[in-house]
Amino acid sequence: MKRFKGFVIKEFYHIFRDLRTVVILFGIPIAQLLLFGYVVTNEIKDAKIAIYDQSKDYLTSKLTQKILSSGFFELEKNLDSYIDIEKSFKKGKIKEIIIFEPNFAKNLEKNGTANIQIIADASEPNTANMLTNYTSAIINTFSRDINPLAQQPLQIITETRMQYNPDLKGVYMFVPGIMAMLLMLISALMTSISITREKELGTMEVLLVSPLKPIQIIIGKVTPYVLLSFINAIVILLIGNFVFGVPIQGSIILLLAESVLFILVALTLGILISCATNSQQIAMMISLVALMLPTILLSGFIFPIENMPLVLQWLCQLMPPKWFITIIKTIMLKGAGFDYVWKETLVLIGMMCFFIIVSVKKFKIRLE
Amino acid sequence: MISVQVKELTKSFGEVTAIDNISFDVNKGELFGFIGPDGAGKTTLFRILVTLLIQDKGTAFMEGHDVVKDYKKIRNMVGYMPGKFSLYQDLSVEENLNFFATIFGTSLEENYDLIKDIYHQIEPFKKRLAGKLSGGMKQKLALSCAMIHKPEVLILDEPTTGVDAVSRKEFWEMLSKLKENNITIIVSTPYMDEASLCDKVALIQKGKILSIDKPSNIMKSFPKPLLAIKANNMYNLLYDMAEYKNTHTVYPFGEYLHYTPLEKTFDIKDIESYLASKGHINIIIEKIEANIEDCFMELMKKN
Repeated sequence: MKRFKGFVIKEFYHIFRDLRTVVILFGIPIAQLLLFGYVVTNEIKDAKIAIYDQSKDYLTSKLTQKILSSGFFELEKNLDSYIDIEKSFKKGKIKEIIIFEPNFAKNLEKNGTANIQIIADASEPNTANMLTNYTSAIINTFSRDINPLAQQPLQIITETRMQYNPDLKGVYMFVPGIMAMLLMLISALMTSISITREKELGTMEVLLVSPLKPIQIIIGKVTPYVLLSFINAIVILLIGNFVFGVPIQGSIILLLAESVLFILVALTLGILISCATNSQQIAMMISLVALMLPTILLSGFIFPIENMPLVLQWLCQLMPPKWFITIIKTIMLKGAGFDYVWKETLVLIGMMCFFIIVSVKKFKIRLE
Repeated sequence: MISVQVKELTKSFGEVTAIDNISFDVNKGELFGFIGPDGAGKTTLFRILVTLLIQDKGTAFMEGHDVVKDYKKIRNMVGYMPGKFSLYQDLSVEENLNFFATIFGTSLEENYDLIKDIYHQIEPFKKRLAGKLSGGMKQKLALSCAMIHKPEVLILDEPTTGVDAVSRKEFWEMLSKLKENNITIIVSTPYMDEASLCDKVALIQKGKILSIDKPSNIMKSFPKPLLAIKANNMYNLLYDMAEYKNTHTVYPFGEYLHYTPLEKTFDIKDIESYLASKGHINIIIEKIEANIEDCFMELMKKN
């Protein structure tokens, strides 16, 4: 126990005496979270639109007002002719154009139908899609409002509710994703570097010729990072909650416990990497390249796994972050308890055991 | 009593045979030196002894423990100082010592007496980071760390390489003092002048031991008479002596040339007149006793 304590203290000295390590440990996670939270957003806010109102009656102006007051759109300019449409899009500022047919109000009163055309700039498909959806939704509500007594006897009205994320906020998706990505990277990267550093500097040679067992060396090296990564997890959750307003519906204790489990998985993966390599450079490359991209692409963080080709879907099952993201989303957003995430938890525990066993087996008790 | 016993030890790395059928015994409390140039196989041999490498053939026992089977026991009782400085540079002198004491399950206070003489010299700098110490200081700290757990056998791989002459001398004085504690010390060095400070030396080259004996015996066994020759133009002197009819070997050695004759005897007069005929002036010729380096050169030539 005394040996273990001595080892952990030594490890803390290494961490806090190296400015670079401290920055990687604490600066990068916070910077990344803020960056992702603010920059990578797929919400609509003040999208520039143009309106070509050929009718200019009381209904079109009422509807225009309604659209503009929603907060999603901002009127860039009013168009006077069809030719302007193409021109406006080409300038690139305007993302959507709403066209009212001539005699809009009259047609509606007389025939019961009136036409609006929505044209969106689909060179950015996601934005175009969202803009048209938002606009249609506003127009639908409007049409129901002005016409409370349905003229047609049969009408199906859809009531949509976005459960768990009513405003479809992007951060709800990014905070869990970033948390998984950062914990994975930091934990795996830092442990693999710190172990390979001992190999590079030759201190591993001295450690090996000591009564320390491989498992003692590994646990001693990893313990400080468990603590620091745990602090990181808390910081990420706090920023997510207070800065971005991501709720934590479920049990915080459970959430933190799952985070610790995931940190352990990442750390054991880092140990495995360091057992297989001898230089800090290679360990860093493996941690960054081999962990970062799969974590972003194959974990369901940004791209839904269900839409991937079958082979990639299988590959996704092997990614620890995929399971962790599912777990934290379930706990944070849905407020579900352990009975809903026990399967994912078991998978993570299994992965951790696998990494530990392989690491201890692969750990070289000699130099070759 | 035998402390370290090595029998027919062989180790190759691919095509290269680093250690070739080596056997030797080291007695308890002996200061045993391995003298040889870089690449002679000293580091490989030491790594096998401290259980970091496994030999291809042969056996090695440390205090009766097999280096392969009983490696755990050996790791408890051996003190090892690798050739490369292997302490934590970002830890202070004191922190390094305390760390190594803890992982061996002891403490600085407990074994302070043992390292007192050495530690005394670096104690004024105990708060300084190890990476900021001078070369000599680093080696003294490394020695302290290797000894902090009172090892039975101390294995030091080129502890004085890259260390200034004064620190080297101090370092060897420490080693001689350590013998009083009945610790077996095996040390390697590329410096021939350090050989005479060992109880016993093994001259090693290309993985083979050329000779093992007390330094005095090795020097006595030098097979030829030896002359030290000096003149004004040393470069030409070396060249001309190599051409001389009765020359076996001639090596530059500090400010002299060391010369051995091809035949059993030599004629100083004849050498003098030969050199004078070649235009050398201020010729000094002295008969001297062989030192370790002469012996090493001679043994190398034989092999």
